[in-house]
Amino acid sequence: MQSYWEMQEHFDVIPMDRQAYVEEVMDHYKNPRGKGKLEHADFCAKDENPLCGDEISICAKVKAGKLQEIKFDGHGCAICIASSSMLMEKATGMKMEKALKIKREDVLSNFGEISPVRTKCALLSLKVLKLGICSFLGKKAPLE
Amino acid sequence: MAVKINPKRIRKDFPIFSRERKLAYLDNAATTQKPKCVIDAEKNFYGSTNANVHRGLYKISERATEMYEKAHEKTAEFVGAGGMQEIIFTRNATESLNVVAGSIGKTLKAGDEVVLTLMEHHSNIVPWQQLQRKGVKLRYVGFGKDGKLDYNEFEQCIGKNTKVVSFVHASNVLGSINDAKKICKIAHENGAIAVVDGAQSVPHMEVDVKKMDCDFLAFSAHKMLGPMGIGILYGKEEALLKMEPFLYGGDMIKSVGKFEASWNTLPWKFEAGTPNVAGAIGFSAAIGYLENIGMQNVRKHEEEITEYALRKLSEIGGLEIYGSRNAQDRLGVISFNVEGLHPHDVAALLDEEGIAIRAGHACAQPLLAQLGVNAVCRASFYVYNTKEEVDRLCKAIGKCKSILM
Repeated sequence: MQSYWEMQEHFDVIPMDRQAYVEEVMDHYKNPRGKGKLEHADFCAKDENPLCGDEISICAKVKAGKLQEIKFDGHGCAICIASSSMLMEKATGMKMEKALKIKREDVLSNFGEISPVRTKCALLSLKVLKLGICSFLGKKAPLE
Repeated sequence: MAVKINPKRIRKDFPIFSRERKLAYLDNAATTQKPKCVIDAEKNFYGSTNANVHRGLYKISERATEMYEKAHEKTAEFVGAGGMQEIIFTRNATESLNVVAGSIGKTLKAGDEVVLTLMEHHSNIVPWQQLQRKGVKLRYVGFGKDGKLDYNEFEQCIGKNTKVVSFVHASNVLGSINDAKKICKIAHENGAIAVVDGAQSVPHMEVDVKKMDCDFLAFSAHKMLGPMGIGILYGKEEALLKMEPFLYGGDMIKSVGKFEASWNTLPWKFEAGTPNVAGAIGFSAAIGYLENIGMQNVRKHEEEITEYALRKLSEIGGLEIYGSRNAQDRLGVISFNVEGLHPHDVAALLDEEGIAIRAGHACAQPLLAQLGVNAVCRASFYVYNTKEEVDRLCKAIGKCKSILM
């Protein structure tokens, strides 16, 4: 009879996250776009990742239903900061309704393969942006 | 006299290390790996003796009951308790602390005070916070840069309204070993109950509840080679006799009428429902394994490896270690940050090298706030860790710097 341990597939340590730290990601992390304070914002939202204590706030100025200017602030790991920076680039000038339709996959695709724990880091800024837009529009925020 | 242990030989007893040959498991403060004897004990129970305890009038149930009660006895001996009646099995140390806070809490009134330290794990903060709704006040004793509690502050914080002093024996972030005997004495001099969170200390050093003179001691099996799902609450018999049960239901009663019930004897009064029998038997095997090594030798090995790690890590530029630099003052738990690197990134990149560490707030946010950081990297050692693994850790941190900076 096979022992319990023999029945298990041999599993090696898989270098999963490494692919997340590609050049483009590192560039956004080291030179984040749209990071800082935004004066006279029309809305601000903030949330944190309870697992690691990462915290991101996003403020935006709105004009004609569009995110005219948008900035993020806070602290987090490379994945969290890079993804916030990428989101600022992507969402600037975007219609709020359209920004609400940005999908998880759109964000995650920037990182190649990423472990389930780290997806929370990558998705924090998107969550905060949607929270902010929803409260500004008086809509119910999406669950996740 | 402590004897030198051979971690390379010990590793052979742990099936995970023959599977994961590259793994440097340095997250022992979170949970430890399990030796084959523990896995077998749990497995064999289900394969040969599985029956509910304290019920069946047939052989396997009697055998299960005997083994389950023996596990209580073995635990009592391990921490120097008066006997099985002082050992309650729960799910984990968190639940053990909830039993104390929940049950003692029933007797507390507005204006009563509970004294904690800023070193506590969330499990020794949040249950007490719930008593604030009744008007119970929480007070905190701080610690210094050297990771030592301010013992004078205890004298200031503890007064005539203090009913409970609940504190961590060894910090899961700083590794600091607190003078439990001294704190229990201060508590008792002021008529307060002393509750000790031993989740980090009991697995790594000799702990004797009689010498310490605590009223309660909470700890967890899975942090000391045992299975997950078994926590332990030691309570002084006289305290447990006075205490109301925390959970109600089957097995914790003597008799039940339509509108009232009376309680079972100790420790069963605090063990409502079918317990984790297999887990308790597995835990018994873990205690046996640790006793074979000898707790003094466990401590000695960890002190050596911690001393080595403190020295090697402090050679890395920009790396800050929190707490004492003296291995004698602390357990094999080292929290650190590398300037400019987020702990999450460090942990993810170390994982690629097969090194498992913890990154984050380590369930001690008030402590981290005191340190002025949001997250830390934490490496923690046990009997199977080697100096070579510390070398690998240090080398890999260097690699992290080259990638992230």
